[in-house]
Amino acid sequence: MDYHWHWGILLAPSAVGDGTYLDWLLAGLRMTVALSLAAWVLALALGSLVGVLRTVPNRVLGALAAAYVEIFRNVPLLVQLFLWYFVLPELLPRAIGDAYKQSDPLVQQFAAAALCLGLFTSARIAEQVRAGIESLPAGQRNAGLALGLTLAQTYRTVLLPVAFRIIVPPLTSELLNIFKNSSVCSTIGLLELTAQGRQLVDYTAQPYESFIAITLAYLLINALVMLVMHQVQVRTRLPGDPARGARASGTTAAAP
Amino acid sequence: MNPGYAFDWSSIPGALPFLAQGMGISLEITGVAVVAGIVWGTCLAILRRSPLRLLSWGAAAYVNLFRAVPLVMVLLWFFLIVPQLLARLLGLPPGTDMRLVSAMLGFSLFESAYYAEIIRAGIDSVAKGQMAAASALGMRPAQAMRLVILPQAFRNMVPLLLTQGIILFQDTSLVYVSALADFFGTAYKVGDRDGRLVELLLFAGAVYFVICYGASLLARAYQRRTRMA
Repeated sequence: MDYHWHWGILLAPSAVGDGTYLDWLLAGLRMTVALSLAAWVLALALGSLVGVLRTVPNRVLGALAAAYVEIFRNVPLLVQLFLWYFVLPELLPRAIGDAYKQSDPLVQQFAAAALCLGLFTSARIAEQVRAGIESLPAGQRNAGLALGLTLAQTYRTVLLPVAFRIIVPPLTSELLNIFKNSSVCSTIGLLELTAQGRQLVDYTAQPYESFIAITLAYLLINALVMLVMHQVQVRTRLPGDPARGARASGTTAAAP
Repeated sequence: MNPGYAFDWSSIPGALPFLAQGMGISLEITGVAVVAGIVWGTCLAILRRSPLRLLSWGAAAYVNLFRAVPLVMVLLWFFLIVPQLLARLLGLPPGTDMRLVSAMLGFSLFESAYYAEIIRAGIDSVAKGQMAAASALGMRPAQAMRLVILPQAFRNMVPLLLTQGIILFQDTSLVYVSALADFFGTAYKVGDRDGRLVELLLFAGAVYFVICYGASLLARAYQRRTRMA
């Protein structure tokens, strides 16, 4: 290869004069983290709600929740993003749509991206929450109700505390996914990590250094998420859990 | 809803031939990547169980690397490297459009990492005694894998492989980053050209939904049938 390597380019001042190219990369990293975490909060809240609704003894709520999951699972993320970003503002009542379109472009991009990623991921989390609840023996729900707890209390104090512990591993992969999927948001001009990478290629004409640096940043995020979620799993482990947190679904809860 | 928004679907009928062409590209990429991904994924899954450290470690590194990097990033890498590499190897004139080849190669190598994990779980789902029985019958490990383990493993894996195929089909829309005219790219271009982005994007979403939901119903029906058998 006659490629001319030049790693020092990352420390060179940028062509626009706003710090070094490394600063661009770090700005992208911050944006990726902020976007992913905002979307994660939304996804976890909505996903838990929809997942619970799929398991309550009510046909209508169950069907609505199932439809929600199917819609978000069967349309590509990129299409969903464009629907939120380009289509929704047109269909909203004019006053709201215009206010949105006149706001700071960054606000528009971030709002559409966070909403899109959050709802997309919430459908996947809903399936995990449902699987977690359904893996508990039916006797737990019945026992809760027999003790005089309301359905909501049974969920809050009996079913969900164990179900969430069971689904920590799949939630970990969803959190990893949300960071990876956030790169799709580069397509609407949001300057997150991937978009900064493409900009670095354009400005520095050093594509390999730029892409290697960005790829390493994603690997770093990946490693950090796994580390944090491992700690979550260890910290939330129930005392006396025979499988030490790696419980196979369907076994009875061993909490004393 | 904005009562003031006047839908105008008139640009879709005329654009159907282009959209069908785009869908052809999407399906082509999906087909190639599913086949190549399953073949190479099977190799990776078997390599991961190799007693040779170098092979098992290499396969694990490959799978973990591809699973840790966003698909968009992988595609950008392939659109950067593959054209240069192929031009060098085959002596193609510069400027030859190699986006489709790059996309196919990128998707195949990326998806194989995901298929490898599915196939590895499928191989593990076959009872250990089967391998022992095959060895006792005098089969070499490769024969046992080919004749005894893999046929059973693949039967268990069909629903998961189908689901992964549906995800892959959805992900092909990401060739948008190279402006390759797949189904979504074509829909976007037509909408942009006619100033009817709203209608075209809604139409594209509906088409993806019908195809993917239909395919997922098929996968579920297959799963139910085999479970009863």
